Amino acid sequence: MAAKSNLKNMALSLTLVCLVCSALLGVVYSMTAEPIHKAEEAKVAASIARVLPAFEGMPEKASVESDGSSYTYYMVPGSGCAIISTVGGFGGPLSLMVGIDEEGKVVNTVVLSHSETPGLGAKCTSETSFIDQFKGWDPSARKLAVRKDGGEVDAITASTITSRAYAKAIQNAVDVYSKLMGNE
Amino acid sequence: MSKFGLITKGLLKENPTFVLVLGMCPTLATTTSAINGLEMGLATMFVLILSNIVISLIAPVVPDKVHIPVYIVVIATFVTLLQLLMQAYTPEVYETLGLFIPLIVVNCIVLGRAEAFACKNSVGDSALDGIGIGLGFTLSLTVIGIVREILGSGSVFGWKFIAGDGILAFVMAPGAFLVLGYLMVLFNKLAKR
Repeated sequence: MAAKSNLKNMALSLTLVCLVCSALLGVVYSMTAEPIHKAEEAKVAASIARVLPAFEGMPEKASVESDGSSYTYYMVPGSGCAIISTVGGFGGPLSLMVGIDEEGKVVNTVVLSHSETPGLGAKCTSETSFIDQFKGWDPSARKLAVRKDGGEVDAITASTITSRAYAKAIQNAVDVYSKLMGNE
Repeated sequence: MSKFGLITKGLLKENPTFVLVLGMCPTLATTTSAINGLEMGLATMFVLILSNIVISLIAPVVPDKVHIPVYIVVIATFVTLLQLLMQAYTPEVYETLGLFIPLIVVNCIVLGRAEAFACKNSVGDSALDGIGIGLGFTLSLTVIGIVREILGSGSVFGWKFIAGDGILAFVMAPGAFLVLGYLMVLFNKLAKR
């Protein structure tokens, strides 16, 4: 039956098990590192392709500080800029990819991750009438806020907080973009 | 117990969800739809079978006082393996289950089977036990998922049969408890016969 529980045996068996396990994990990690990296890159590339007009190749990743938080963005020369913008939603962080063209207009938006209520706020990923209203939005002419707050965004029914967060995320991205343009 | 009995007991007499009531965290959280429940069940089964096999192999040489840390290291290793493999080859599945994959480590079913079965039985029997309990868990989660998806979203395995929304509460946490409770009553009533 089981070996005697003296210090030597215990230390030896724990060390051995940990050694074997970490070696195994190391091997699998190095094997999967590349496919994981590729899968993540493909996901980002697919999101960029959805929020910006067609382009070639993989855009350069960069980040910028704005209002105390860091934004990741992908500049696509001749097409526009895709900015990842995260705000607090109803159920947790709401992360959007916002595509902005060279005139500063919103091209399209896509939700990267969210934890909104299923069936209510989570509709911000599927309700086309909500998502499509931002296509071609000119932030300098129309205020990016829900109608309740004096803006022109039609909120998702019964999900004002999510809609507000969505509009705020786009507004933040627009601010980041104008900052980027101002610096160049 | 016959080899066949080892598999069927996980489905009925020792069903992890409805009889042993183990692993409630993933059961309640991931069964928002049939497919999510199925995937979570399969992921747990994968870990369960492998950890049962390895633990039954090493149990005779592990000193008693450190057996729990050793088992946890083995289980955690398999979970991390699963996580890496899923991230690499099935990123969409990984996305939906995300947080709940690492939580398989603390799923009491896995450690429970290691303690109650694998450390005292042969490798073959432990593997069969892992398959049986894993199947029971997968089946239970899929059934809960089906019921919640029908009531909550009006669809089965993503195939929508009524337009619009269902009863939203069933997609959220309270619905999970309700469905689990009623299914447990039904299961135990049928199993008693």
